[in-house]
Amino acid sequence: MKTKATPAIKLDTLSDVNDLGKPWRYTDEGLTVTRSSIWTPPGCHPVGCGLKLYVDDTGRLVKVEGDENHPVTQGRLCPRCITMKDYVYNPSRIKHPMKRDPQYRGQDDKWVEISWDEAYDIIEREYRRITGTYGRESMIIFVGTGREGGTLLPYATMSFCTPNFCYSQSGYACYTPRLAACAYITGIPYPELDYAAGLPGRYDDPEYEVPEVIMLWGKEPLPSNPDGFFGHSVIDLMKRGSRLISVDPRVTWLSSHADYHLRLRPGTDTALGLAMIDTIIKEELYDKDFVEYWCYGFDELTKRAAETPAEKAAEICGIDAEYIKEAARMYATAKPAGILWGLAVDQKRNGMQNGQVIVDLMAITGNIDRPGGQVVGDINSGLNEGGFGFDKGIGPELGAKMIGIKEYPGYCNLILNAQADLALVALETDEPYPVRMGMYTGNNLMACTSGEPRRWHDAILRSLEFCIGVDCFMTPSIQASCDIFLPLATVVERDGCLFAEYGAAPLYFGACNQAIDPGDTKSDLQIAFELGKRLNPHMWEDYNDVYDFINDLRLGKQFTFDELHKEVTLQQDISYFKYERGDLRRDGGLGFNTPSGRIELYCGAYAQFGDDPLPYYEEPPFSPVSTPELMADYPFVLTSGARTYAFFHSEHRQIPYLRELNPDPLVEINPAVAKRLGIADGQWCEVYNMFGSAVLKAKITQAVDENTIHAQHGWWFPELNPNDVDENGPYHTFRSNINNLNPNGYQGKIGFGAPYKCMICNIKPAEKSYDTDMTDVWDKFGKLV
Amino acid sequence: MATYGLLIDYEYCTGCQVCEVTCKEEHDYPVGKWGIRVFDDGPWEIEPRRFNFNKIPVPTDLCDLCTERTAVGREPMCVHHCLANVMTYGTVEELAKKLDGKTKQVLWVPQFKPYEAKGPFAHDPSKGLRKAQHLQVSENVSAERMAAQRGDKRVEEIH
Repeated sequence: MKTKATPAIKLDTLSDVNDLGKPWRYTDEGLTVTRSSIWTPPGCHPVGCGLKLYVDDTGRLVKVEGDENHPVTQGRLCPRCITMKDYVYNPSRIKHPMKRDPQYRGQDDKWVEISWDEAYDIIEREYRRITGTYGRESMIIFVGTGREGGTLLPYATMSFCTPNFCYSQSGYACYTPRLAACAYITGIPYPELDYAAGLPGRYDDPEYEVPEVIMLWGKEPLPSNPDGFFGHSVIDLMKRGSRLISVDPRVTWLSSHADYHLRLRPGTDTALGLAMIDTIIKEELYDKDFVEYWCYGFDELTKRAAETPAEKAAEICGIDAEYIKEAARMYATAKPAGILWGLAVDQKRNGMQNGQVIVDLMAITGNIDRPGGQVVGDINSGLNEGGFGFDKGIGPELGAKMIGIKEYPGYCNLILNAQADLALVALETDEPYPVRMGMYTGNNLMACTSGEPRRWHDAILRSLEFCIGVDCFMTPSIQASCDIFLPLATVVERDGCLFAEYGAAPLYFGACNQAIDPGDTKSDLQIAFELGKRLNPHMWEDYNDVYDFINDLRLGKQFTFDELHKEVTLQQDISYFKYERGDLRRDGGLGFNTPSGRIELYCGAYAQFGDDPLPYYEEPPFSPVSTPELMADYPFVLTSGARTYAFFHSEHRQIPYLRELNPDPLVEINPAVAKRLGIADGQWCEVYNMFGSAVLKAKITQAVDENTIHAQHGWWFPELNPNDVDENGPYHTFRSNINNLNPNGYQGKIGFGAPYKCMICNIKPAEKSYDTDMTDVWDKFGKLV
Repeated sequence: MATYGLLIDYEYCTGCQVCEVTCKEEHDYPVGKWGIRVFDDGPWEIEPRRFNFNKIPVPTDLCDLCTERTAVGREPMCVHHCLANVMTYGTVEELAKKLDGKTKQVLWVPQFKPYEAKGPFAHDPSKGLRKAQHLQVSENVSAERMAAQRGDKRVEEIH
């Protein structure tokens, strides 16, 4: 892999007095400034935004500023990094390891501060005891998103050597269904919208073309930089002429600035995609050469799509047929055109088919691996981490015990994760075997990821004899169920390496450069290394220190952290049309890394895993069409989890400047519905269905239509007394948790996809107000320590 | 002395609120106090499928245009961090030129603590020199005359 230093490109609004060209560390008015391309904690997707960290002579971080030298962010930052020191020095941050007798789980005042040695001693003792009795498969590691620990497979493969690394969301309804669809159809890990992130001249680079059209499908990238894409690149491109198509049930800022806003009923995306494919094929707007030379199964796709013409999709999705056709024409006619596909694609039972129609659209319009279309890595990129340590640390015999591998091989083998829905069953029933030890890393499932969180809570407390939490702050999940707390260093307290776009769309490398002393906290990489050296030293013989591990894991031993950290960022070589040169296949042959060597519009891998090789639409399991008998009781379609600027999932509730932007959990209701139900703006409401209920505060807005209700996710209330635990759980996380309404066990055929964004519900005014007192939040968390 | 302002291209302001937060960090404004606010106009439907949705940052009476930074030639924090890169700092003269030819822009010329900026109150001795003549006049005020200043019927009760 070739890399090059990244030239800084000055924004026109930046003054002539600036820090362009400064080295990785310099002094400014008596402060030491460290430049860093940061990634977690705090959690976020791996864009690796550029920060300048100002540290005074006592070693304290006194200011954070955006680094104008960063090739992508160019000095810009979002509110979450601006408040970095409020996170680092927050009075509620936990800075020393702690233990608690398992009989006192849930009780905050029973934690006892201990040393790292004692913590490791206890972990080693319990690990030997439990795995000695039940086998290494009896340990489960709950992981999440946007934290280094949340995707750190070596925790499982090398430190604990358990096959059960588990993203605890039904159907892994986040990102991986899209990865799977793309991998099975094209052999490429991820087709990112090409935003010139790897090109030295960025948007003005001679290699680049600005997309004429960007189609945002189930993705609102501005607040969250999803999957590692710098969201405001869309704005950069709009200024350079890109026009938008938005596929979204809600009116967002971006959808209101789109030429076409396909405002579909939640969960019906695949029908819309089939209709767009049908329109593009019938009107012969597809890229005939690309289809002829590089696609497989076009005739079969043509026939299948013809079963869902725009007129039929119009009825399913609730969008005018001609409007669908016009949008399809706009996308197919534009050259180049790129699609940004988002989380909503995964959050339906037939998410794999939703992903399939989108990849098919990219393919038949010839936009894959084309400048300004979808940028993709070559065969050498992004693959180093997949399965890192698995063969040696787990091996075939133990690997065959991974929960769900028999039922869902297309899920478990692809992402090397225990299938989430079956992991819950195992925790509840001891089938197929007892699970007795656990760990949370980058995961707060009771507040955030998991449907029916009380069910997970009860299952975990029932089955786990010993559980470890790794975090910067106490979380509801750790408070409820852990016996050891390991305090995590923030990104300004440790060295590390940005894992850009999770390695799936490799564009650049970044160095997380340590700026201040971590005290008694450690990074996930350090903890994995130290625990691994104790528990399974045979896995760590090649590494003398954590840098050896970073160099191998993150940099593929092709260069070292020492070489990277002074550059802060390095761009990778980007090239296009690689399928014409044999750069996408391990055997060096032309075409794509699939059995047919072509993009498989008729996808053999889907068939191999028991699904239809062609895309098809399936109604959500609960909807006005599939469960009309339930609509009298639950007349609204419930969608949840739209991102905010203030928070990353369940993080940041204890940062006053961020909480102030969004003090309470909000539920969006159309004005006509609010009027009919007698709900006032700002009134607390109970949202409920057959799985559970949650109370949230009404925001009356035309952002949702009269059939749809949207609720925020990830809520808990760190300002509440942690010892005041009732049926709402620690920090009352179950009170306003919209996942109370989202079930487990409705995953797709391959095991991927779940209906988080297309459930049904009803809503009524709540009996009292739960308004957050921001003075209380400020008093508790505003005085930094 | 030149007057300085903030030019905002609200065609592309996405409402990320980083201006609000970075301003609070720079000035240590507590919860409840702000140097700039982003206001939402929308979404409201103009016609089917077309919504008005504008986000408009408005400096408050606590915006000092980052005096310490601008004194050394740097741009204010909100300008530096703006994710959509829609804020420009400069003299009103140069910003006004940029207003011309591009729609959906607004130019703010904020005033930090406007009442303090006016200075403490001081009586101007040249004002208020007209005097009354203070003629000694007395009159009997009848109930009817008082009633001219009242709307009710209970005037008689005064007596």
